[in-house]
Amino acid sequence: MLDDSSIKQQIVISGVGGQGVLFVTRLLAEAAIMKGISVFTSETHGMAQRGGTVLSHLKVGNFSSPLIRPRNANGLLALKADSFTRHGYFLKPGAWIVANSREDVMVGPELSAYTIAAEILAQHILNPKSVNLILLGFALAAIPETHENDLFCTLEDIKTVLHHRLAKQKQMLNDALKALEAGFKSVK
Amino acid sequence: MSKPKLMLGNEAIARGLMESGCVMATSYPGTPASEILAAFAAFEKKSSEKRHIQWAVNEKIAFEIAYTGSMAGLRTAVSMKQVGLNVASDPLMSSAYLGVKGGFVVISADDPGPHSSQTEQDSRLMAMMAKIPVLDPDSPRQAKEMIAAAFELSETFEIPVMLRPTTRVCHARQDVTLGETLPFKREVDFQKDPTRWAATPKFRLHLHQELEKKLSDISRYKKTGPIRLNAEAKALKALIVSGVAAAHSKEILKDLNLWDVIPMYQVLQPFPLHQDFVSHMIKTYSEILVIEETTGVIEMQLADRHRIRGKLTRSVPMVGELLPETIQQIIGEFAEIGTEPVHLPSEPGIRPTLCAGCPHRAAFFAIKKAAPKGIYPSDIGCYTLGLNLGAVDTVLCMGAAVSQAAGLYHAYKHENKQPDIVATIGDSTFFHAGVPALIDAVVQKVRFVLVILDNQTTAMTGNQPTPAMGMGACGESLDVVDIEGVVEGCGVEFCRVGDPYQLKEFTALLKEAVTYSRENGPAVVISRHPCLIDRFRKEISEWQPIKVEVTDTCDGCAFCIDHFECPALILNKAEEHVSIDPILCNGCGVCMNICPKKSIKEVSNAG
Repeated sequence: MLDDSSIKQQIVISGVGGQGVLFVTRLLAEAAIMKGISVFTSETHGMAQRGGTVLSHLKVGNFSSPLIRPRNANGLLALKADSFTRHGYFLKPGAWIVANSREDVMVGPELSAYTIAAEILAQHILNPKSVNLILLGFALAAIPETHENDLFCTLEDIKTVLHHRLAKQKQMLNDALKALEAGFKSVK
Repeated sequence: MSKPKLMLGNEAIARGLMESGCVMATSYPGTPASEILAAFAAFEKKSSEKRHIQWAVNEKIAFEIAYTGSMAGLRTAVSMKQVGLNVASDPLMSSAYLGVKGGFVVISADDPGPHSSQTEQDSRLMAMMAKIPVLDPDSPRQAKEMIAAAFELSETFEIPVMLRPTTRVCHARQDVTLGETLPFKREVDFQKDPTRWAATPKFRLHLHQELEKKLSDISRYKKTGPIRLNAEAKALKALIVSGVAAAHSKEILKDLNLWDVIPMYQVLQPFPLHQDFVSHMIKTYSEILVIEETTGVIEMQLADRHRIRGKLTRSVPMVGELLPETIQQIIGEFAEIGTEPVHLPSEPGIRPTLCAGCPHRAAFFAIKKAAPKGIYPSDIGCYTLGLNLGAVDTVLCMGAAVSQAAGLYHAYKHENKQPDIVATIGDSTFFHAGVPALIDAVVQKVRFVLVILDNQTTAMTGNQPTPAMGMGACGESLDVVDIEGVVEGCGVEFCRVGDPYQLKEFTALLKEAVTYSRENGPAVVISRHPCLIDRFRKEISEWQPIKVEVTDTCDGCAFCIDHFECPALILNKAEEHVSIDPILCNGCGVCMNICPKKSIKEVSNAG
């Protein structure tokens, strides 16, 4: 059992409007609440949602501010490959980046990057709009447990949240679980 | 105690209304306030009591309905975004004089940044101008608590009370613990009192005196007084913070190891500022830094300017959102500890664009065809993004497309040559503030074309119903006011409807309208096609998309990219070829009529 009171994690989640950045943020936030940890998220709404850059801040643990300051984030979940150049400044030394990208993301030695070509995998599982969940599944497996900034939750936690959220939409639940698993299993 | 729930700030506000026994809530949608009424309606559906919940035609009407409910003794609330409060400012100013019976809370959500607004104005200044108290929450949790405090304050002093959340409260999510809901009470009893409710100027003077007395008492009201956050800190320099700036500052002070050093006070009620607090601060501290968004409202109420640092001394930026990194810098300087400045990359994000398949895009393309040298006034909504297509020249405020078209016409009418003027306005915006302007244009014989972009919803803010939809905030069936009827009722003689997806016919219709307007006066074209992302509509879920492909005859001329800018059209410069992004494409098929080389074709099912 984790000592939840000591957990403090700040994660930036980025993408463009329509990719499901808000959905992923919400799943992680609900996983935190389920584990009895306080949570804060900050979201982009309105005009920017029309295909523009969408950025979520997720703060798990005891925080009073909804926003992450530069060089304070433990990780960046990037639904678009180019997000690192735009949002990398949020990361602190030792942080992780999990990116949807066909190529490796080049980062300095103080950061660790993990990439997955999530769009290709999404086409493969016949669910082109599941990039967000594939990336989340991948992140849950890719960030090593020994990593000092390891994620606060597990694949099982996210599955439980999905079961709860999509209890009445069986097809959507199955598709979501499939995408999450596909991402999780694709870690080499 | 129930388990905490993850709640959007706006949901927490709605929950606060529910727990406080609010029985009438009205609104007009606007980011970042839109979700308040929708969440309230969702809570209402789960309860067995009867409340009145409605989207009004505009904020002024929303305000007047909710305010009058309070005159009749009910607890009521109205919510809107900050620029919506401008529209409702007339009843706001007057209602402060008349006061309330049942608790009345005005929720005006500000948007420092601005993220999704035309101004960064501070609603707290409007509260100051109206002479009503305003509460400034720092989080979803506090916003919910403040709703209860606002109703109590409102009823204690018979005065409207404003809650001023900002984007970072409205659109933050936090674990919120649900409270007990007050026993349901709907004791409506309008007490006739014409000297008050219909006060003439003579009585207004008296009411103004009463209002000043109320404000003076409220500045001594203990329950909304400032909070001392860190009792151990003893420095002679102090911080005053409020709203989201307080939320950031608390965390920053701890991270900079200043929590036990610099005394910090959080103001919950920025206006009227508590008088004993002002004296205490001035008496105790040699230097005081005020951090608040967006204008220095607290700062202005602190006497002894020599000791005050803030926006007026340029210690805190006057414009833009106060991001935590900025606040860290400001506090670091104030505490005279070196903080490393943060250099943010200046790389802009991806600009927003109309959705792939958005009917507005087709309408804008047709407008440019029909009046290529025209001037294009436009309005507030998704279609402001017609900017990207070069089909939007002006955006001022709700409804201004029509009166700006008139302004342009009158400006040019004595010249030898008059430009064609084609204005665009959304369906919801037309109802909101376009109608009086259209009446004016008819009377003045303004020669212009008004294209009403009727996507049969209020799209930008999350698909709230318009008066033409016959549906209420709780999904209930309502009467319908159709746009054609309103246009013709305003006296417009040329009023025609077209579907922009039928690009050729629609362009021809626009040309006819332009020709008509040059000779006769206003012509209205209603561009009707439902919003593609309106998840409430059956037609959309049953929509049969057209599958298109780009043939080999495409030479990468980029005409479609430059003039239609659909996000699903991808230019590969190296290969001199355009392709269709299958994930983004919604299958509207309009691009088939855009390509000058006819290189975009429907995928044939035969093969």
